[in-house]
Amino acid sequence: MDQINSGDTTWVLVASTLVLMMTPALAFFYGGMVRRKNILSTLNLSFVMIALLSVQWVLYGFSLAFGPDHAGIIGGLEYLGFSGVGASPNPDYASTIPFTAFAIFQMMFAVITPALITGAFVERVRFKAFLIFSLVWATLVYDPVAHWVWGAGGLFHRLGALDFAGGTVVHITAGYSALAFAMVIGARKGFGRRTFEPHNIPYSVLGAALLWVGWFGFNGGSALAANGVAVNAILTTNTAAATAGLVWMVLSWNDHKPSVLGIITGAVVGLVAITPAAGYVTPLAAMAIGAIAAPISYYAIRFRQRSNLDESLDVWACHGMGGTWGALATGLFASKAVNPAGADGLFYGNPAQFTVQLLTVVVTVVVAFSVTYLVTKLLAKTVGLRVSEKEEEVGLDISEHGEQAYA
Amino acid sequence: MTKKIEAIIREDRFNDVKEALRAIGIIGMNVTEVRGHGRQGGISLTGRAGDYSVDLLPRHQFNIILSDHNVERTIQTIIQAAHTGNTGDGMIFVYPVEDVVRIRTGERGHTAITYDGDIDTLASES
Repeated sequence: MDQINSGDTTWVLVASTLVLMMTPALAFFYGGMVRRKNILSTLNLSFVMIALLSVQWVLYGFSLAFGPDHAGIIGGLEYLGFSGVGASPNPDYASTIPFTAFAIFQMMFAVITPALITGAFVERVRFKAFLIFSLVWATLVYDPVAHWVWGAGGLFHRLGALDFAGGTVVHITAGYSALAFAMVIGARKGFGRRTFEPHNIPYSVLGAALLWVGWFGFNGGSALAANGVAVNAILTTNTAAATAGLVWMVLSWNDHKPSVLGIITGAVVGLVAITPAAGYVTPLAAMAIGAIAAPISYYAIRFRQRSNLDESLDVWACHGMGGTWGALATGLFASKAVNPAGADGLFYGNPAQFTVQLLTVVVTVVVAFSVTYLVTKLLAKTVGLRVSEKEEEVGLDISEHGEQAYA
Repeated sequence: MTKKIEAIIREDRFNDVKEALRAIGIIGMNVTEVRGHGRQGGISLTGRAGDYSVDLLPRHQFNIILSDHNVERTIQTIIQAAHTGNTGDGMIFVYPVEDVVRIRTGERGHTAITYDGDIDTLASES
């Protein structure tokens, strides 16, 4: 008989709250980097995901991701409308907290993931098309991939793939979808000819700081219990973010000056990279993961800039590449000494784990990129993916929402 | 005759210029925040990864209406207070003004820009 543990339940509820805060935090992180005529639009792209995806998750998203397995591909419809999701634990996922607590915690992940993608197409996306895209994307990409990696019976879960808090499910799916979306929607008017100055870097600093705090819930909560694994996850999370922030500072200093926007970006990249590994690795491994994540994403941004692709806020470089490194690094640094429920990685004598991680990454990259590419192409041909040139010049705050941020 | 002086100066010289103008008795003025560039062209800022250039830089613009015979002295005062010797120190423009109206009293022309203790009274006292 499974017993509800009030400490575990409390921690998961607090962690859910922290993860909920990350979506508006992300809104400000992104909002600071756009021009002032698009700040409300950019904030809203993230904020409205809380509303849209919360409803989707209760209605059918949770069931597709975590419902009883069908052939390793998708969850069944047994939990539609949260029916059968109640106060008793589901030992497939967490045996000491109500199944509903698990479902709420997972809801916040389903919310933030499509919000992450929005950095790719700010300042030009048609709001209506964005809403349709997000709903379709959650259904065709997020819910299935969450099932493959985390669902009991999911195909990568069966293979023993490790993804502690969503390096693959959240960051790789978002990062590679951002790349596809940016390629289809095209560059902002004037891109490459004039400078797009970030209009309020303090907003971005505030957003990054709140993301860092929220990430304690994201990774720490993924232990689904108030235990040693949760504590280790919080320590590794903080350590990786700190290291990546420092390394990014040095890279930026070497090129010009220690940019504040750079330091906070480095910290976020460190948080991304440690996400899949947080509950499986030591603090020193976390330091290595953060230290290597920073140059990977830094030079991915430089590469993206040179390739002249307007993936505007570098979701691919930060989340796609950071997440990919993190997922592979989990296959290197994971250790059963840290978490007996995990596995040993390559450095602990188990190269098979690295192979499983690599397979999971490759399949997820292909699926996220190609589904997003097809869906956005379809939307571009039907409802129209971007606003008119005139609406873009006026700015989306006025043209899409009829509001101005600063009166 | 009345003239308008527009003086575009560095932000960091703002207080020096304001105090120097007050010291010679320039009392009426307004200031706008402007962005622009001249020969300097702009500066390079640090981005997330690598640099980006900004061509329009923030400056302050003093707008002063005054009588013909005070123009030269005012220009010299502004130059002295705003000068650093580097590109980007700014520009001064002088325009003729058709008329001036003080809304409170309906006074026009030279009397509308006369204040107690202004540049002309200071000159007549000395």
